[in-house]
Amino acid sequence: MSSFRATALGITWRTLHNFLGNPALLLPSLVFPLFFFTAFAGGLSTVSHVPGFDFRSGYTAFQFVFVLIQSAAFGGVFTGFGIARDFETGLGRRFMLAARHRSAIVAGYALAAAGRWLFTALVLTVVALVAGMQIDGGGVDLFGLYGLALIMNLAAALWAAGVALRIRSIQGGPLMQIPVFLVLFMAPVYLPLHLLTGWIHVVASVNPATALLAAGRGFISGQPADVALAFLAAAGLALLFSIWARGGMRRAERAG
Amino acid sequence: MRTLRQPAQIVPALIFPMFLLAVNSSGLQRATDLPHFPTRSYLTFALAIPFMQGALFSVMNTGTDLARDIETGFLNRLSLTPLTGSALLSGLLGGAVVLGIVQAAVYLTVGLIAGASFAAGVPGVLVIVALAMLMAVGFGCIGLFLALRTGSGEAVQGMFPVFFVFLFLSSMSLPRNLIQTDWFREVATYNPVSYLIEAIRSLLIKGWDGQALALGFGLAAAITVVGMLAASRALRTRMVRT
Amino acid sequence: MTQPEGIEVERLVREFRKGPRAVDGIDLEVAPGEIYGFLGPNGAGKSTTVHMLTTLLPPTSGTARVAGYDVVREGPRVRAHIGAALQEAALDPFLTGAEHMRLQTTMHGLPKAERLERSRELLARVGLTEAADRKVGGYSGGMKRRLDLALALVHRPRILFLDEPTTGLDVQSRTALWDEVARLARDDGVTVFLTTQYLEEADALADRVGIIDHGHLVAEGTPSELKAQIGRPTVEAIPRSPADIERMATVLERFGEPAGAAPKGASVRLRGGESDLAEVVRALDAEGIAVEHLQLHAPSLDDVFLAKTGRSLEGAGAEQPEGSPGTPDDSAAASRSESVAA
Repeated sequence: MSSFRATALGITWRTLHNFLGNPALLLPSLVFPLFFFTAFAGGLSTVSHVPGFDFRSGYTAFQFVFVLIQSAAFGGVFTGFGIARDFETGLGRRFMLAARHRSAIVAGYALAAAGRWLFTALVLTVVALVAGMQIDGGGVDLFGLYGLALIMNLAAALWAAGVALRIRSIQGGPLMQIPVFLVLFMAPVYLPLHLLTGWIHVVASVNPATALLAAGRGFISGQPADVALAFLAAAGLALLFSIWARGGMRRAERAG
Repeated sequence: MRTLRQPAQIVPALIFPMFLLAVNSSGLQRATDLPHFPTRSYLTFALAIPFMQGALFSVMNTGTDLARDIETGFLNRLSLTPLTGSALLSGLLGGAVVLGIVQAAVYLTVGLIAGASFAAGVPGVLVIVALAMLMAVGFGCIGLFLALRTGSGEAVQGMFPVFFVFLFLSSMSLPRNLIQTDWFREVATYNPVSYLIEAIRSLLIKGWDGQALALGFGLAAAITVVGMLAASRALRTRMVRT
Repeated sequence: MTQPEGIEVERLVREFRKGPRAVDGIDLEVAPGEIYGFLGPNGAGKSTTVHMLTTLLPPTSGTARVAGYDVVREGPRVRAHIGAALQEAALDPFLTGAEHMRLQTTMHGLPKAERLERSRELLARVGLTEAADRKVGGYSGGMKRRLDLALALVHRPRILFLDEPTTGLDVQSRTALWDEVARLARDDGVTVFLTTQYLEEADALADRVGIIDHGHLVAEGTPSELKAQIGRPTVEAIPRSPADIERMATVLERFGEPAGAAPKGASVRLRGGESDLAEVVRALDAEGIAVEHLQLHAPSLDDVFLAKTGRSLEGAGAEQPEGSPGTPDDSAAASRSESVAA
């Protein structure tokens, strides 16, 4: 087991080292969430006056939860980009050779995804607080919110790893990104589920991201809702995609 | 003409805006319940946005096309032939216009099927198409300028987020008078993108609004003129350099 | 029955979905402490074999045991005992040399206390102490190869795989790398499996050489054994006037069978050995052919390759991305083999 940990930690260290040392990787993962947060929370705040909008912590907190979970998911996807690049440049082979247990390679990348997202989350949280975000939830609630996002981050990283290991080229980028994008936006982004109309209401009702957003928003407003469902959905996704990533590693092994 | 033979360029330019339109028109329909919202249909309100996104794709497509020609040395070879660089640029812009018309037709058809209203009727539709063409040329020129200045497709693609920011910090999602956050409303007021969107929007929601149309066409024409001047200057610099 | 630090390969085959069998039934054995040179042109199946032996690629059929472990069923154990420097020397341009060492020592699970010391020691050994804190993106090709070699050694592997370690390197870097590989085998008793497309390299380094072509092992033995199989020297002559090429070839063929490409003249393997040379000169003179250049070649590994495959090694690759080898290698190999034959 110790060789598993050694491999994973090595890859985590290297991925985070490059992430923090390379502005081309670091800046987008900070700028995009902050921009979405600004555009949505700033530009659409009037939407909270829509009759029936009953979120008690205000629109900034409402959007903060979406952007936080979105940044978690995309943090995972961007890590998948890194995996694809590493396998394209041949660095993946070096890892495959050095690793006694190759699943440790995926674990290392996933751990790095968590690390980079925690950094993004920290910055995002500070900016939101400076912007006057209202938090009504307690410590346990916030722990739940960040924990939920972290599981989402893991699930997205495993999804993207599965794609990256199958395609082993940065050409696979859109394939990692687009489904995550679709799932996130076909959810209650701007308004709560009960204020959605038409087809989006139908889709959002069965979208696992809806449960995540509802639970996250419940946490931040101190009125937890759908908690079990959300954790179950997130853990289910993580489990499903760990099988997917495992299959991807098998494919990468077979292809050399 | 090359543009039409590349479905990889056209498809995102059609699918991506339509997806956002579908999501937003449904997801934000309730925003029309806000007092003073100009229409009861968010779809009609949001239908102007794809035109703007289409124009952004015009920047990317024409820009990367030209950048590729520069990277592969095609532009250099061209400078040895009687065909002038401006002929190449016109060709690329022609492609952008065709793409602009195709996009406009698709957006309008989708809007019509989905039940958006067209307050200014058929003449209004024609005016929208005309504005879309002008925008395609104007933004296409910006793309050409970027390509000529940087000579790199990646650099042109790298500008995408900048345009994206312009789009988002506009009256895209809500009318300006309903934007609550002060600084955001200020930014949207000074952002030319707001007026391009509002010109199209006025034809869909209100009918004939001379002021909105004058602002929209005026800005689009200004962008075109500035873009063309910048692009032809950059072309001359590049031709001298090579 | 398995050598604990050797390599045993039986009927190894690798097929790719498109194209022919890259490796088509190879049998070979490498003894502990031996330097085995795997020689062949581009696309012969060298790298595919290395990838299979290093557990990067599963064989389509056949078996291979490395360090006593089966490469398919006991991959993790194999990986624990081998080090490899692959052809592309994939390094992360954003990491420094020292950071690469840190990554590699961590991944191999070296105790924390040892990591730094081992890194320093290896960087010094490959002459990268001064460049250790520079990003690898700025390294030269030779520096990258040396760092790659150091990385392959962090866990003190007993078997080392080197896939074309000197392709694209200048002569100086090449010699330095050879010295280091020879030292590893001599002083540390490391078994080395080395692929190369350079005759000179196989000749200089390898205890035994296997020649691979189109996925088949066409010859195997020590360099001198292989050359002795061919035995006879060749003579190459170039006429002063290109018009005489045909006639010159006819004259030379009286003394032996044609041997390889000589675009500006003709070349034959002498039936009667070196003593025929004087006869050749007399015969050409008698025919009135003015000779621009006449050279006797002692048998080289290239001749072995030619004899086994009907093609010259230097020209056999499907395409050669690096234009560097060519003539200097040729003459070096020839002069070296002359001294061996003498």
